[in-house]
Amino acid sequence: MEEIIEILQDLHPDVDFETCDTLIDDKIIDSFDIVTIISEINENFDVVIPAEEIIPENFNSAKALSELVKRLSDE
Amino acid sequence: MLFTSIEFIAFLALVFLLYYVLPKKCQWPLLLIFSYAFYWIADPRYIIFILVTTVSAYLITLKLAAINTASSEYISAHKELAKEEKKAYKAAMKAKKWRWLLLCLFINIGILAVTKYTNFVIGNINSFLDGESKIKAVDMIIPMGISFYTFQTVGYVIDVYRGKQEVQRNPFKLALFVSFFPQLVQGPISRYGEMSKTLFSEHRFSGKVFSFGMMRILWGYFKKVVIADRLITAVTVLVGDTKLYTGSYVFVAMLFYAFELYCDFTGGIDITIGIGEAMGIRLPENFNLPYFSKNIKEYWNRWHITMGTWFTDYIFYPISVCGPMLKISKWSRKHLGEFIGKRVPVYLSSFAVWFTTGIWHGAAWNFIVWGLMNFVVIMISQELEPLYARFHEKFKVRGRVPYEVFQVIRTVLLMSAIRMFDCYRNVPLTFKMVGTMFTEFNPQIIFDGSLLKLGLGAADYIVLAAGFIIVLGVSLVKLKLVSVREALYERPAILYFGAMALLLVATLLFGAYGVGYDSSQFIYNQF
Repeated sequence: MEEIIEILQDLHPDVDFETCDTLIDDKIIDSFDIVTIISEINENFDVVIPAEEIIPENFNSAKALSELVKRLSDE
Repeated sequence: MLFTSIEFIAFLALVFLLYYVLPKKCQWPLLLIFSYAFYWIADPRYIIFILVTTVSAYLITLKLAAINTASSEYISAHKELAKEEKKAYKAAMKAKKWRWLLLCLFINIGILAVTKYTNFVIGNINSFLDGESKIKAVDMIIPMGISFYTFQTVGYVIDVYRGKQEVQRNPFKLALFVSFFPQLVQGPISRYGEMSKTLFSEHRFSGKVFSFGMMRILWGYFKKVVIADRLITAVTVLVGDTKLYTGSYVFVAMLFYAFELYCDFTGGIDITIGIGEAMGIRLPENFNLPYFSKNIKEYWNRWHITMGTWFTDYIFYPISVCGPMLKISKWSRKHLGEFIGKRVPVYLSSFAVWFTTGIWHGAAWNFIVWGLMNFVVIMISQELEPLYARFHEKFKVRGRVPYEVFQVIRTVLLMSAIRMFDCYRNVPLTFKMVGTMFTEFNPQIIFDGSLLKLGLGAADYIVLAAGFIIVLGVSLVKLKLVSVREALYERPAILYFGAMALLLVATLLFGAYGVGYDSSQFIYNQF
């Protein structure tokens, strides 16, 4: 989770990613951010997030994102 | 059959009448019959193309769904499998599905590519050949709305492939989703999951729902016939003579075309959505006040929304996260540094999206350059974002109305200038003509009566000015998140129906009909 928050904070230092759970709904992160996040996750965790997992529920919060990474690395 | 023709109005009246008079279970089959009739009237040969798309999508999605079901049944029946074995099984199943998806893409994108781009390719090859060896252009049928229904159908197939969408086992229901007549002309590009919620259900007549739909249809006609079809006269004259109409004339053409395209496209979509609404069918919104955007990226989130989200979901993301792209990204981080490495996937995928957006709009270089100009501007503004943030911080302009107005005007002007590629249809000529705005100083043409020689008289300009004020007023109300129709409906009925009657009368009286009226085709129909 901490590493994920670091990746996110690199993109938007002014957002509180610990608590925010409307990153997509409130348009805080956009499609460019999502692609950067996915490439960072691939670099740091060696996990590939496929296109079908790019849905608001998986990207709305740092928690959801880290759960997605955990699920994909367990699969 | 144009939306603006008497034939279409009669066709629509018959659809509405039968839709509510016949038993409710006949509603969606009736729409299917009328959708095919609409297509048949346009050109009977078109039916073959839409049938190939429908049948291929139907059969392939059944196959994809069968693989999805079989693989989840296998996984749950074999809990003893090791993680690696499960992974290998899933990969094999995915590869199998991928082959079916490729077949679907090959058929459908293949038809789209051959019908729309054969002559473009021939033209480009010919530019390298001598007189006698030139290849003859092919007389190709381009089925009406092929880009729209192909994208809509392919989106559905990909959703089933991804396991995000239940398969439709009734071929006739799928056929209606592909061919629903109001959106065949110019979209919007619907998603099956959303559209199927209301398309196949039974709808009882409701005065409010029906009149809301009618109000939206009238609003669409007003924008199309009173404003867009009037402006097209002046725009055609202005871009038709590139020797005479330079400098400030180009600026006028730019603004006129921006307003014409807005009224044409949003008007057409209002008619489409309104037809759906009148029958209780919800279609996706395609616009969200695009001319109030503060930058181009925002503009593209608010203009032709269904195309933008389609490109993001089915082109931008898949390209950005595919294996080769992640490898390129890793390689670039290692060899070119973090700064460039991080940007590679975004840049390459965005380039692919904007190239496709350009060529989707038309098989010509002017459209490709138009798409790539958007790409360049978006990327520059993306890179300049930290600089903008510092500027906003230093001068405390964020949220200030005058600065926001400046941002909106800047975006409108920039978008309108880029769109001139669409008008002149020639890349060097467009650069030259837009350049004359800065090299030739003739602003007097705006006031000295020169604009009255463009095929529009003083009365036309009065109608256009009134139209502009009405469109702006409605947009400002919407900006406050108020539904104009709801607001009117809550007031005495005389106001609500009075507004509707006014719209109807204004459209009938002030529509740009003229002698031997033949309304122009919607601009987006050609895409």
